[in-house]
Amino acid sequence: MVRSNKPILWLPFAAGGLVAALIIPVLILITGILMPVGIVPLPYEKVAAFAHNPLGKLILFGVVAFPAWHAAHRLRMTAHDLGLGGGVAIKVICYGSAWVLIAATVAALIMV
Amino acid sequence: MSEDVTLEILRYRPELDSQPHFQTYTIPYHDDWVVLDGLNYIKDHVDGTLSYRWSCHMAICGSCGMMINGEAKLACHAFLRDYRHGVIRIEPLDHFPIERDLVIVMDSFMEKLSSVKPYVITQENKAPSDGENLQTPLQLMAFKQYTLCINCLLCYAACPQCGLNEKFVGPAALALAHRYNLDSRDEGNEQRADVVASNEGIWECTFVGACSEVCPKHVDPAAAIQQTKISASLDWFKARLLPGARR
Amino acid sequence: MSRRPYVRKVNRSWWLGQRRYVAYMIRELTSVFVGLYCGLLVLGLVRLAQGHAAWDGFLAALSSPVGVLFQVVCLAFAAYHSVTWFALTPKAMPLEVRGEPVPPGAIIGMHYGAWAVVSLIVLIAAGI
Repeated sequence: MVRSNKPILWLPFAAGGLVAALIIPVLILITGILMPVGIVPLPYEKVAAFAHNPLGKLILFGVVAFPAWHAAHRLRMTAHDLGLGGGVAIKVICYGSAWVLIAATVAALIMV
Repeated sequence: MSEDVTLEILRYRPELDSQPHFQTYTIPYHDDWVVLDGLNYIKDHVDGTLSYRWSCHMAICGSCGMMINGEAKLACHAFLRDYRHGVIRIEPLDHFPIERDLVIVMDSFMEKLSSVKPYVITQENKAPSDGENLQTPLQLMAFKQYTLCINCLLCYAACPQCGLNEKFVGPAALALAHRYNLDSRDEGNEQRADVVASNEGIWECTFVGACSEVCPKHVDPAAAIQQTKISASLDWFKARLLPGARR
Repeated sequence: MSRRPYVRKVNRSWWLGQRRYVAYMIRELTSVFVGLYCGLLVLGLVRLAQGHAAWDGFLAALSSPVGVLFQVVCLAFAAYHSVTWFALTPKAMPLEVRGEPVPPGAIIGMHYGAWAVVSLIVLIAAGI
């Protein structure tokens, strides 16, 4: 047996799990409930200003990229549990989707 | 008033059966009996052909592991009184081939266990004249719980990944590797890593946690594996980012 | 000696067999909703980059009945992810302070504390 290269997939997965656990719920609370009812308006000027700020870009990237990777890796492992895993296809679908999201995030944060 | 209890046991005798099949036995119920007492009663008084492993009858030898109503348990550790409202279904441990009746083939586990080198490994061999290894109580505490494994294989039966991949090194073997990696006398982490940190080692685990839940000795193999994932990951990055850092 | 070990097949619905396996599946499937919401966030960033009108359209879509319903479902699964993640952390990272192991409850409690603090900071930054 040889040592696996799984760590390169797993450490970001673990980081993403923690980031998702700490930040995603409050974000959904804001965008899904507080914004629609008007308690937290999220005006364009304010959000764009945050996204213009280099620190803001970093935070937005972290908040999106790591949970997305976490979800991709977990989905791949769960597909295996359900008997749908093992092949190249599931890896391409899962990690490919994560990379698409990450690339789109980077592009959007550059263009904002 | 004497009560009865019904046991439905999966039988398989390779010289007679093409497939396993259930056989039902009705035996006297005793409030203080465990399932193993029921099996012994069957073997002594009802059907001497029933085969099963057992020894200590006190949850320390690890011999009598079996599936009782679908849960991996030691037969000496499962009281009839907890099951008597209904038929008790007894099958051999999941995820192992059936040798005969409730006896499983555990050769794969024996190989997996030796593959993780479950013994103290040092760079230099010490002679007895060099004196004993000193270890403080705190150093012992660091790995003590992982020494308690009785190799009963309930964790392998409970682990879905063991069911999905027979090559998975498995909870007990990985917990024992962790036991030695944490032992202050041991220097063998590197030698174990090719097996422990392989795809069939810790990386097959998805932290279902069933192994730790069924463990009769509270070894907590799930914790051992997750801790090893973290240390193996850090070692992986260190080896690549700090050339020459590999111990 | 005629040995003929019998290998039992594991079927694809193994996880329906016990409550703990069903709970495990639900726990794993929280990641689907976390992932979907991340997709939503990325869409938001793209709309932000496309300008004021696009951003307002995005907010309107989020506020639609379907948008809110979807996010409420995501919130439920995301919260379950947080709860299960915190519960498992003491096993993966046992802590020791001055030689004494930190009780798992304390580690979990610290995570809930961090959760509360982070949530508060985000809410304040968002302008609650």
